[in-house]
Amino acid sequence: MAEPGRPLPQPTPETQHFWDGAKAGELRLQRCDDCAHVYFPPRPFCPECGSRSVSVFPASGRATLYSYVIHHRAPPGFEAPYAIAVVELEEGPRMMTNIVDTPQTPEALQLDMALEVAFEAMNDEISLPLFRPAEG
Amino acid sequence: MRPNTIAIVGAAETTDLGKTPNISEITMHADAALNAMADCGLTPKDIDGVATAGRTPTEIAHYLGITPKWADGTAVGGCSFMLHVRHAAAAINEGLCSTVLITHGESGRSGVDRAPRRMAPTSLAGQFELPYGPMGPPTMFTIPVLRYMKEFGLTEEQLAMVAVVQREWAAKNPRATFKEPITVDDVLDSRMIAYPFRLLMCCLVTDGGGALILTSADRAKDFPTKPVYILGTGESVETPMISQMADFTTSRAFRVSGKKAFDEAGIAKEDVDHLMIYDAFAHLPIFGLEDLGFVGRGEAGAFISERNTVEGAKLPLNTNGGGLSYMHSGMYGMYALQESVRQMRGIAPAQVPDAKISVAHGVGGMFGASGTIIMSNEAP
Repeated sequence: MAEPGRPLPQPTPETQHFWDGAKAGELRLQRCDDCAHVYFPPRPFCPECGSRSVSVFPASGRATLYSYVIHHRAPPGFEAPYAIAVVELEEGPRMMTNIVDTPQTPEALQLDMALEVAFEAMNDEISLPLFRPAEG
Repeated sequence: MRPNTIAIVGAAETTDLGKTPNISEITMHADAALNAMADCGLTPKDIDGVATAGRTPTEIAHYLGITPKWADGTAVGGCSFMLHVRHAAAAINEGLCSTVLITHGESGRSGVDRAPRRMAPTSLAGQFELPYGPMGPPTMFTIPVLRYMKEFGLTEEQLAMVAVVQREWAAKNPRATFKEPITVDDVLDSRMIAYPFRLLMCCLVTDGGGALILTSADRAKDFPTKPVYILGTGESVETPMISQMADFTTSRAFRVSGKKAFDEAGIAKEDVDHLMIYDAFAHLPIFGLEDLGFVGRGEAGAFISERNTVEGAKLPLNTNGGGLSYMHSGMYGMYALQESVRQMRGIAPAQVPDAKISVAHGVGGMFGASGTIIMSNEAP
């Protein structure tokens, strides 16, 4: 599914750690050193309490399927039909992604099913965190 | 705001709606503005405050020959005009200006001089949503719905009934784009856009515009039109990314905006005679009915499919046919406000008999923002 052509992110100073992690096969989140809130997308302060004292840490990569649509017309870089999904990470935050290694059907894509991250390199700089059904 | 201190005295849509490739977007603003000024007997020299979205107030004021003492370019999507009404009411009460023009125009279908909309690849949405293949609102605004369906048992048939009921209203409206009756099967047999959403569950894409003129309730009595008083107002914003909406079964922005408006107005839900809920997609009225508190959580699908929002029923909803059947230029909030004004003036094509209080509730972005305006036709 990940052919050339899909819009790619351009990292900013505040998000570079996330994309560096993705390139290295690691899903990186941030946690507040003061209130322990875990959050996404990246920013250099805690959106819960405003503290600038925050740390980057590797997430487990485990998630569940929170919601999705199955788009029936493909933009460049995609084959229709494909699901545009939101997953809930084990650590709490949610993120948009695509679900791979499974049919793009309502029958195969059951809400709350267990997923695990699967990075897919788009080019030398950008790997996207995609998710697939968890093994076992 | 202080209830009953402000009135809408001028209101009009563009002369034509639908497909109007003969005029550019800014002229749609102007056409609606001139119609609204004619409606209440004003000229551009009488306007001293301007608010708009899509274009800047600078462009609109200059194009129309207005010298404003107050300008508001709040642009949070389709409900921006609800926020403009709220801000204008506060500005007039504070003495910042006396007569505010709010304009909307959008060449949504024909794209003549349409203001560009593009998300930068450096933005958070550009980095963390766009790479996964969403193509505009039909593939993003709809993402929360499967979660809602699982939590509350909403069915595809109930979702389809939203479109069916609104087509019934549209059939009574000569200016509606689609007037032919449709059935639940018609909706469920229409082309799949983004499962579970089919074509007839998605709004139209048309050209058009609208404008409102507000002044103090004291001055309103001197105008030729029947004043429509502002009872209460609310607004809020939540997130520019649908994936980051806190709860996919309820909109925080809806709840905050709605509660503030009802608190200001000092009315109960039972007092509402007429309701407009911005319906870019079939699930919006369901979220709106629940988040405004008209029904309990998980009850709105059944409420609509059991025909509680049709003509003659307890809560007439989206009486112009809505974004699903009337028109939808892109920022539909202006048309919801226009229909509430028509209902309060008693001149709507599908007039609700003896309606005294109307609520117009809008969404901006994709559950990103919200604005709520409560109106009444009874003098303070």
